[in-house]
Amino acid sequence: MGNLGVLERLLMDVLWESGQSLPANELRDRLLSPAAAAASSKPLATTTVLTVLSRLEKKGFVTRDRDSRPHLYRAVTTRAEHTAELMHEALGSAPDRQAALARFIGNVSPQEADSLRRLLSVSTTGDRSGS
Amino acid sequence: MPGAVPAAALALSALAVALAWPLPILLSRARWPARSPALALVLWQSIALAGGLSMIGALLGFGLLGFGANPLDGIRSLTGNLDAAAVPAPFVHVFALAAALLLAGHLLLNLAATFLRAEVQRRRHHHLVALLSEPLADRPGTRVIDSAAPVAYCLPGALTSATVLSRGLLTLLDADQLRAVVAHERAHLLQRHHLVLLAFKSWRSALPWFPIATRAETAVGLLVEMLADDQARRQVDDRTLAMAIALVGSAPGPTGSDDAPDATSFAWPDHPFDLLTPRLRRLVVATPRLAAHQSLGVLAAAAGLLALPTLLLLG
Repeated sequence: MGNLGVLERLLMDVLWESGQSLPANELRDRLLSPAAAAASSKPLATTTVLTVLSRLEKKGFVTRDRDSRPHLYRAVTTRAEHTAELMHEALGSAPDRQAALARFIGNVSPQEADSLRRLLSVSTTGDRSGS
Repeated sequence: MPGAVPAAALALSALAVALAWPLPILLSRARWPARSPALALVLWQSIALAGGLSMIGALLGFGLLGFGANPLDGIRSLTGNLDAAAVPAPFVHVFALAAALLLAGHLLLNLAATFLRAEVQRRRHHHLVALLSEPLADRPGTRVIDSAAPVAYCLPGALTSATVLSRGLLTLLDADQLRAVVAHERAHLLQRHHLVLLAFKSWRSALPWFPIATRAETAVGLLVEMLADDQARRQVDDRTLAMAIALVGSAPGPTGSDDAPDATSFAWPDHPFDLLTPRLRRLVVATPRLAAHQSLGVLAAAAGLLALPTLLLLG
């Protein structure tokens, strides 16, 4: 999810901003905004856009409506959902990431969290009565 | 003397069984590792390595007997006569030899695959962190993620490593507690704990039918945390560190409070014991380090375990 190419990222931005289904040539036209033009010096061909779109479809970012002519493309999630998912991953709580990083506190069982909470409340009230 | 030689293979099998079952159980139940986690970590590594060597050695020792009066002879005749017809070896010996090679290959390939997979995950995670966090002022190598959940972790890397904190952690902890957390994470990075953890993870995934491997991985994970805690204790007093652990440990997890119980525990489905209580216990209750002669004893045991399989095979 974090590893989108520049062009993929730009296309997703267009789709997220429009919030609707768009055909590839329409997407290409919207990509020719100043920001996009700065990222790639050459004007984009519609076939390039189609290639990127099919890659995005494979990655699960985009769905294609095959009934209409030309095909219409739509973002699968909203930008907010996408960001939330990335954030969850970045916080290191995804199970497949356990090997890659060491968390200060790993996964705490609910019982252990409860007993810690009890300990903390005892120690803070103890402070207050002591001082 | 054909009678004396199978004894070596038998002794190696006995050693392999001892290292796979009773010894790790004893060590995982012992109390002293909390007093000297570094020594316990050495002993765990020696048990795992000697266990693998004795398993392979037992098969190898038995297999080579088909080719010579003792293992060294067997190697000599095997390398000397590669026209297989010259050595009429019984099938069981050939089978044991093949099993030894397969087991060794399996363990090594699994180790390589585990390290590769972790490296790929780390790269991806570095990328993600670069996107979603910002550097913390006047602390190089430390980055802050804008999230309410209190989270701290370190992300080792071949070239760059990072300590990642969340906004929630910065608001939850005071300056000293935060210093303890950062020192703890730094220690993981400096002492390269991820390498030990990965080795044990690979042992577990290579031998999934081995009940001990999970226990070993958990014990080693805890020891590594204790080692990092000990580094943090050089910077802050024990009480501050204990407070930091208790505060972060009792805060709701990053998944949010609604679905937290399941979402936070599923990554460790059969986690045999709680990991925070032992860390806290040694901060709150005085736990003196092992005495010098006890430490020497542990080191001697670790060295002896490592030497034993080779001595048994060749001696």
